[in-house]
Order: sequence, then structure tokens, then C-alpha cells
Amino acid sequence: MRLIAFCFFLIPGICLSQEDLLKELQQSEVKEKEYVSSTFKGSRLINGQTIETRYKGELEFIFAHRFGPMNGGLYELYGLDQAYVRIGLEYGLSDRLGVGIGRNSVDKTVDGFLRYKALRQSKAGMPISLTAFGIMAVKTSPKDEDAGYDITFQDRTSYTAQLLIARKFTPALSLQLMPSYVHKNTVDQSIEDNDQIALGVGGRIKVSRSVALTTEYYYRFNVHDNNPYYNSIGFGVDIETGGHVFQIVITNSRGLTERAFITETTGEFFDGDIHLGFNVTRIFQLKRDQKE
Amino acid sequence: MIARMLTRVLLFLLLVFVYLSAYSQKYSLEKSSVSFFSGAPIENISAQNLKTSSLFNATSGEVVFSIPIREFKFGKSLMGEHFNEKYMESDRYPKAIFQGKFLNLDLDDKGEQNVRALGKLTMHGVTREIDVTGIVEISSNQILARANFFIRLKDYKIKIPQLLWNNISEEVKVTVEFTYKPI
Repeated sequence: MRLIAFCFFLIPGICLSQEDLLKELQQSEVKEKEYVSSTFKGSRLINGQTIETRYKGELEFIFAHRFGPMNGGLYELYGLDQAYVRIGLEYGLSDRLGVGIGRNSVDKTVDGFLRYKALRQSKAGMPISLTAFGIMAVKTSPKDEDAGYDITFQDRTSYTAQLLIARKFTPALSLQLMPSYVHKNTVDQSIEDNDQIALGVGGRIKVSRSVALTTEYYYRFNVHDNNPYYNSIGFGVDIETGGHVFQIVITNSRGLTERAFITETTGEFFDGDIHLGFNVTRIFQLKRDQKE
Repeated sequence: MIARMLTRVLLFLLLVFVYLSAYSQKYSLEKSSVSFFSGAPIENISAQNLKTSSLFNATSGEVVFSIPIREFKFGKSLMGEHFNEKYMESDRYPKAIFQGKFLNLDLDDKGEQNVRALGKLTMHGVTREIDVTGIVEISSNQILARANFFIRLKDYKIKIPQLLWNNISEEVKVTVEFTYKPI
């Protein structure tokens, strides 16, 4: 009898502890779906895009810039005498849908693009994030009278569609695959096709909370034997401070639209045709986040 | 015989007493707000979290609460992303948890009273004793608790990169407001 009474005495004694109150609390909590964020620091990996979209109401200003090839020697101050620039804007229409414009000095190209984050990686759920990216680019160089033939707007235009597939494996490591399709309305068909397929691979490793190392490579599939261009390759360092991301890169591409760097990279990286470059982004919050 | 009966009665009373205290009145949150403010020369930073969960045992005075770090909303989405990614590392430390006790709470005292809460706050993987003074207001069907206190980022090993140091102050003011209802 006493023993039983003693046992009864013990049970509520255990129930009284704080640990138990905490356990009770944790059991009552509903698990909410958690999406993985910050797969990459910026909307650009090296030359190409990442799966990242801007949040709703955010405007990103991007200033990207490539010097000339380093093997130009002292005469060209190792490439610093030349500079190719792309100035661009991207706006988040929603957390998943972004729209942007830009202008690149290579071929005086004007571009407009859309990106949509169709799948979002989540904890214990979707293993990947997938963003569809589409860009239209118009070469405004050469001038109509300098083209040597009756050049039309169609001749100047090209399109690129990409599926950007990424997974953040750990807080430090993210990898991305970029199957890409480039259509150029007018090409020299003796050296290249109008439709070109490429697969990009890339990734980043964070080395500290604000610094990450990045890399990117685009492999082209249907390349003619006499095609003078190279596959685009690049390495970079991302440095993030508040609303800015600074990306310092080396790459064999000088163009900053998909057509230019996927299908028309002129430099051979391992022959010293390496361009030093920077991407600098600044994000402005135009509309306050409504979730607050 | 009498001694045996007395023992039984005593045991029975003890049992009743213990059960009463164990199955005491508990409260959970009806509404909550945890917000913080950090004033600095360049930019004031503030965020609010409405997703805290908490249990309060009125009989023992014990209270626990759990704050999901990702639910702090800043108004600027990017700020929230940096908060999670770089400062709180919410992938690794998704929650801030407080386990403690109200020291001088008088449940029969309707109206406002000053109380002290003493306990352990676990945040960013660091557990520290904290001692918070606040106000509790007891009415017939709910308990309101609110408090202000300061947290030093250094205490919880939340590091600020050199480049940003004058953007973020070393100490942040935390304001909590909880409305409890009986379970």
C-alpha cells in the first residue's frame, strides 16, 4: 500500500519539472514548411544567372564589368585598358517572379528578361529549387548602314531559355545545373547553328559568413569543328556587405548576355585569355514587405 | 489500528495535494509579439515576431517559451535574409527558448503587478541566465505579460562583421507582449 502511494507521489513530481513543460510546448507546436533561402548570394553566379529571385518590391541595380584579356601584356596594362560593361536592373514583381533589363557594351546589346522560381527547396520536402529564365537580347551594333547587308531587327535578335536547378547541400555549399537553349535568328551557318544547346554547371562554397568562392562552366553540345569560340569558364569571389554584393571574377568571356558568353566566348582560358571583372549589385527596397 | 488509519489519511491527503499541484492550471498563448530594436547611426533596425509559442503553469509560476527565429519580419526582406543567414544562423539554431519562473507572481491580485522572471535563455546555441522585470496583468479569463530588456549580441556569440559594425549596435532592446488564456 505504502509502496503504491509512494509511486503515485513520484509521478506528478516528475511532471512538475520545467523540462516537461518545454516538452509539452514542443509537442504542441505546429511544424511550418521552411523554405531554404540564400542558396546563392547574388542573382549572378559569374556571368550567368542563379536561381535567386528578388523579393517582392525589391529593385536590384547591377553594374558588371570585364576588363580586356590579361595576356595583353604591359602594353594593354594586362587588360585594364579595355572595359566591357553591362548595366542592368531587376525588379521583384513577387517573391518568385522577376523582370529585368540591361545593356551590355559588347555588341551594344540591349536585353530584357524574366525569371520565375517554379520550385523552392524546403526542409524535409522539395530537394531542389528550380528557376525558369528567359532573355531576349538585341545587338544594336553594327549600325544599319555599316552592316554591309540589309540588316533587320530580326537579324539582331537572339533568345535564350534556361532551367536553373540548384540545391543548397549545406549552409556553405550550393551547386547548380543550367541546361540552356540559345536561338540566334541570324548566324554564319558555316561555323554555327541557329539553335545551340549547352549545359552549365556551377557552385559556391562559403568560406566565411560574408565571403564565398564561386565557379561556373558552360559546355556546348552541337559545336561545329571549325567553330572559333570556346566554352565559358569562370571563377569568382563573392563579398557581401549589407545591401551590396561585390563579385570579383576571372573568366574567358567578355560578354554578359547569355548569347554572348554561352555561344560566343572568344578567349581560351588556359592560354591566358582571362578577363578580370566585377559584378556590383545594390538592392533597394521600393515597397515595404507586407508580411510585417 | 488508529495509527494505520492515520497514515492512510495522511497519504491520501498528500496524494490529493500533489495531484492538485501537478494538474494545476496551465495557460497557453492567445496572442504574442516579440520585437527588437537596434538603434545605430546609419540605420535603425527593428523586427517583429508574432509566432512565439509559450506555456505558463500558473500554480508553480513556471514559464517556457519558444521563438522561431525565421519568423522575425523586418519590412526589408533582404535584412531578414541576412539576419537568418549571417547573424542568427537559423539553419543551425532555429529557435530561441526561454525556460524560467515568475518569482513573485500573486494570482489573486487582479490588475497590474510588477514581477520578476528568472531563467535560462537559449539563443544561437548559447544558454545564459537572464533576469527580467516586467508587468503582469491578471483578469478573470486571461493573463497579460509584457517586458522590456536588453540583450548584448556578444553574450550570445552573435558576431557583426567589421564592415557593418556601425550599422548594427552592440545591444538590442527586446520587447515582449504575451496574452495568455487558460488551456
